[in-house]
Amino acid sequence: MIGGLFIYNHKGEVLISRVYRDDIGGPLNGVMILLDAFRVNVIHARQQVRSPVTNIARTSFLHVKRSNIWLAAATKQNVNATMVFEFLYKMCDVMAAYFGKISEENVKNNFVLIYELLDEILDFGYPQNSETGALKTFITQQGIKSQTKEEQSQITSQVTGQIGWRREGIKYRRNELFLDVLESVNLLMSPQGQVLSAHVSGRVVMKSYLSGMPECKFGMNDKIVIDKQGKGGGSEDVAKSGKQSIAIDDCTFHQCVRLSKFDTERSISFIPPDGDYELMRYRTTKDIILPFRVIPLVREVGRTRLEVKVVIKSNFKSSLLAQKIEVRIPTPLTTSGVQLICMKGKAKYKASENAIVWKVKRMAGMKESQISAEIELLPTNDKKKWARPPISMNFEVPFAPSGLKVRYLKVFEPKLNYSDHDVIKWVRYIGRSGIYETRC
Amino acid sequence: MPAVSKGDGMRGLAVFISDIRNCKSKEAEIKRINKELANIRSKFKGDKALDGYSKKKYVCKLLFIFLLGHDIDFGHMEAVNLLSSNKYTEKQIGYLFISVLVNSNSELIRLINNAIKNDLSSRNPTFMCLALHCIANVGSREMAEAFASEIPRILVAGDTMDSVKQSAALCLLRLYKTSPDLVLMGEWTSRVVHLLNDQHMGVVTAAISLITCLSQKNPDEFKTCVSLAVSRLSRIVSSASTDLQDYTYYFVPAPWLSCKLLRLLQCYPPPEDGAVKGRLVECLETILNKAQEPPKSKKVQHSNAKNAILFEAISLIIHYDSEPNLLVRACNQLGQFLQHRETNLRYLALESMCTLASSEFSHEAVKTHIETVINALKTERDVSVRQRAADLLYAMCDRSNAKQIVAEMLSYLETADYSIREEMVLKVAILAEKYAVDYSWYVDTILNLIRIAGDYVSEEVWYRVIQIVINRDDVQGYAAKTVFEALQAPACHENMVKVGGYILGEFGNLIAGDPRSSPLVQFNLLHSKFHLCSVPTRALLLSAYIKFINLFPETKATIQEVLRCDSQIRNSDVELQQRAVEYLKLSSIASTDVLATVLEEMPPFPERESSILAKLKKKKGPGAVSVPDLEDGKREGGELNGGGERGPDSAAMSASNASTPSPSADLLGMRSAAPMSAAPTSAGSLLVDVFSEAGPAAPSAAVNDDGFLRFVCKNNGVLFENQLLQIGIKSEYRQNLGRMYLFYGNKTSVQFASFTTTVSCPGELQSHILSILRLNVQTKPVEPVVEGGAQIQQVLNIECLTDFSEAPLLNIKFRYGGALQNLSLKLPVTINKFFQPTEMTSHDFFQRWKQLSQPQQEAQKIFKANHSMDTEVLKAKLLGLGTALLDDVDPNPENYVCAGVIQTKGQQVGCLLRLEPNGQAQMYRLTLRCSKDSVSLRLCELLAQQF
Repeated sequence: MIGGLFIYNHKGEVLISRVYRDDIGGPLNGVMILLDAFRVNVIHARQQVRSPVTNIARTSFLHVKRSNIWLAAATKQNVNATMVFEFLYKMCDVMAAYFGKISEENVKNNFVLIYELLDEILDFGYPQNSETGALKTFITQQGIKSQTKEEQSQITSQVTGQIGWRREGIKYRRNELFLDVLESVNLLMSPQGQVLSAHVSGRVVMKSYLSGMPECKFGMNDKIVIDKQGKGGGSEDVAKSGKQSIAIDDCTFHQCVRLSKFDTERSISFIPPDGDYELMRYRTTKDIILPFRVIPLVREVGRTRLEVKVVIKSNFKSSLLAQKIEVRIPTPLTTSGVQLICMKGKAKYKASENAIVWKVKRMAGMKESQISAEIELLPTNDKKKWARPPISMNFEVPFAPSGLKVRYLKVFEPKLNYSDHDVIKWVRYIGRSGIYETRC
Repeated sequence: MPAVSKGDGMRGLAVFISDIRNCKSKEAEIKRINKELANIRSKFKGDKALDGYSKKKYVCKLLFIFLLGHDIDFGHMEAVNLLSSNKYTEKQIGYLFISVLVNSNSELIRLINNAIKNDLSSRNPTFMCLALHCIANVGSREMAEAFASEIPRILVAGDTMDSVKQSAALCLLRLYKTSPDLVLMGEWTSRVVHLLNDQHMGVVTAAISLITCLSQKNPDEFKTCVSLAVSRLSRIVSSASTDLQDYTYYFVPAPWLSCKLLRLLQCYPPPEDGAVKGRLVECLETILNKAQEPPKSKKVQHSNAKNAILFEAISLIIHYDSEPNLLVRACNQLGQFLQHRETNLRYLALESMCTLASSEFSHEAVKTHIETVINALKTERDVSVRQRAADLLYAMCDRSNAKQIVAEMLSYLETADYSIREEMVLKVAILAEKYAVDYSWYVDTILNLIRIAGDYVSEEVWYRVIQIVINRDDVQGYAAKTVFEALQAPACHENMVKVGGYILGEFGNLIAGDPRSSPLVQFNLLHSKFHLCSVPTRALLLSAYIKFINLFPETKATIQEVLRCDSQIRNSDVELQQRAVEYLKLSSIASTDVLATVLEEMPPFPERESSILAKLKKKKGPGAVSVPDLEDGKREGGELNGGGERGPDSAAMSASNASTPSPSADLLGMRSAAPMSAAPTSAGSLLVDVFSEAGPAAPSAAVNDDGFLRFVCKNNGVLFENQLLQIGIKSEYRQNLGRMYLFYGNKTSVQFASFTTTVSCPGELQSHILSILRLNVQTKPVEPVVEGGAQIQQVLNIECLTDFSEAPLLNIKFRYGGALQNLSLKLPVTINKFFQPTEMTSHDFFQRWKQLSQPQQEAQKIFKANHSMDTEVLKAKLLGLGTALLDDVDPNPENYVCAGVIQTKGQQVGCLLRLEPNGQAQMYRLTLRCSKDSVSLRLCELLAQQF
């Protein structure tokens, strides 16, 4: 149970403060003291606070940070921390859906709206319906629109009904559906090219413009499903899909997915909300396709010089193009000058970040490129050895590194007369780098 | 100093700082700093030469970055280069960087020292000052090694500028504080002292700090400074406020210098030279007078400066503690401050008064402010001021106002701040004990204390109330009644339950007559609290129950039922289970006689320093409780303990129980009665802690008889204790026979090897060993090995053949870690142990008194009281002697009259004793008449040391 929710700017000034329970703070200006305690102990802490949960004066603060804005939930009770964080993330999504980027300016401009939202999505500290689509039907940024009785009762029945995320009577001329598979791949590799840890965390994000109350069914190359079908189906099918199926370590679904059906049949069926939503989140650790390989070469020449050579190799079909490639090579803290030569793209020494940043706009699969740098060092009397932080990399590729494939997405709407074939479906795969590091 | 010219503004630095200040977030700040660091690194790269200005600018930036909390690991060399510059600003920045950033083990230190040396030997006073400041700021041992010999020379040289002298004095002070062994004054001493006469006030001010510090270490060498300081002080004090020009601060002439002078004088006793003393007293009087004058300015600085001098003067007066007139005036002055608007002044006044209260001259004067202080305790808004007020109340308390003060403190306790509660509780407990005129008041106060602030009542406090109740017969009934009433409250503190359990277990019988507090009611009341208490308290309650069985046989069935129930007899706590099992068996097996012996009333506790006082001392650190207080506490504590001399020492007793289950096991000693379990349980150690105090470490093999005298009037206790060994004694005498149990406890964890003890009768005893054996002492040998932490027992059988005066000697030899330890002790066997009390009427007494009228038969001694002359204490001691104390015999009720017969094998010696105390003179007259003249003499000798 969240006791209160607060939004701070980077200076620690409180932009939004909503208290749900009296147990935090206590009488008089207790809440003010508490608010200040968070500022002093977390935002302006001498040492940067890395834990998202801080306990101050027997009150737990759970915070997330979006650019320069801090969202903090305070509670005196032993709450489920993951629930609170889920809520905070959801809160961010809702705010983003209403006014775009979460910035100090936007928060200040929309404070009435935010208070209205906070009243709606939290009740006595318990999270309520936080579905953007549903919220948008009755919390609007336009002035007060006097709703008819009918509309009001419709809203009530929808919010309190079984399918709280979709209202009835939606009509589109074109029934369209967009499905994005977004993945981020994380890697830690030793200098010799040994994978120390790697995992992919992915999301299936959908945007649906469908009429009526359609029933959808989503299928992908999940190993368990394929194996099950393989037993019943022909041997050809097994041979074909055996390689391509993936093992999903864990996954979570949007509330619209019927979990009972997933548990018994492993099929994902749901009535989708209208507009944007995240259908599922998953994580895989096996058989990951690593889109890039980084090969570092670091040579220390005497006390005052360092030679660095980094080769990157793209490791996917040559017909595909990777984008927004960025390699970040950390430099020692005693660097006094850097000379760079790179075959492709642009490279620059960024003193403010103590790193060489090499950017390549595009790169096809099965190619390689390299950069070499000469770093001059200032001799110091300190015998501290340079810790050699890992080389990190950013990129975007048009496939799913986990190997996930969408097999089908069927839409049934028995009441209205459009069939699965009439729906226009768009599928897109985007693989991004998470923490993609190679030690040197 | 040369002014910083406009061109030296270092624009780059200003831009950098403003950039940092404008950063929106921490990340942005770090980015900006990284960028700047990279820039500086590229500038400092070896291949280009930088001019002094840029070097200074970049070193400044580095310094700023360092002060923001980032590590700097380059630029030191550039900073050292700056030191050799001729420009003031560059040199200054160089020194600044070095004093902030260079650590002492840097390899650059040699270069730096060289630069400093150059500057010191230059004739430029500014450069010299910079170098001195750098030395003082670094203040490391290396600096001291390099320059400690140089600086005194600069300080006393005739041609040194005043400003340099000032810096040199302070620099030397700093070096002296870090490494006193390296700063050798010797030859410079007298010249440094004469700096007090310097023309320049700044030099005097700097020098006096140095002298104060030095004179604290070697007061004798700097003795001459007293007269110089006094004359300087009188010149300042008597000067008109305009005389000193630059050194007049808001109409007060040289306040800092005056304070420092007064503080210097506090290092020394009052000057012996009459003239100097007169002058000083005159000064102090002037200062006190000035405080009365109307202020010359309304500014707060004016009054601050004036009060600073005044308070320093008052502390000097208190330090001297020899001028009653000044002390009383100071006290009155402080009294005015007590009601001042300024909180700080009230605080300081209360603090100073605390020390004044301990002076005999001003104690009475302080007492007149009691109302104001009590008011301060109640109404002050600042907790620290309230704390001081409480301290002062404690300090000013004496017999006349104890009741009032204790009542006030008690009532304040209910609203007191948590931070000072524990201390307040201790103070109340001590005052209540120290000035208790009537013990029911004392018991009331302490029980109140437990009721109001139970959580803060430490163990020592409630142990103490039990000790006192046990030692005082007259208060036991009252205590039982009060405790019983207090326990009836629906919620009472655990400490109250502890006290209640103990006292009802011991003295419940005293109130059992009343049907409202019949045995069963008492038991039910106690048992109703049982389940709410912690394990140690439950253990104590179980002991109380078994005592109940002894006191009230009618409760036996009920209590056995309680003991038998599973929650006791199968308790998961070993201590509770063991007690339940043992007590249950004991109550069902033992006959009433045995039960009565085992569960006898606790014997009185021995006299010792109040454990509460010890606790307060520990809490506040030495010096916080003034010395007269302590002695007072000790004496009064003893007085309260009453006939403590008789009682066995609980620690020794319970220790003996651990290894030898004797029928008289002290069950209430809260020690596990398990045979052979030498390790004290947690509950057991509580009591042992309180009662044990480190015994004086006696030199080995020298006859040790300080323990001996303590045993004239008591039979049990600790005879001897050092780091290795503790010897406890338990003895009983009947007729002319005695049995003594000696307990040797090994306090170390290593075993004692070849442990042997021998008892010899020296002097006359030995010489007559064949012919006329006066005392027959038979010993049984002990085991030769005492394991670490273990205890062994030895039994001595004693028979008195005829009267004797020398005590037998106990010789102990053992090996501890290879070294042979040898110990000789006088065994406390004295003639009076064989006394049989005889009751007689006044008529009989005087008849016998007259019969023993031969001059040899009488022994008389007049002596000064060593201990307090409290009636109860005296009575207890006389009873402990073994004689009967006869009431209504002597026409003067102040006098004590005793009678007894000493039983020896051959004959009986009748003894009559008369003790006449003189309260005013603190003297006693002791008269003894015995049928045998040697006995009178010996008894007289023994007894004279007891009172």
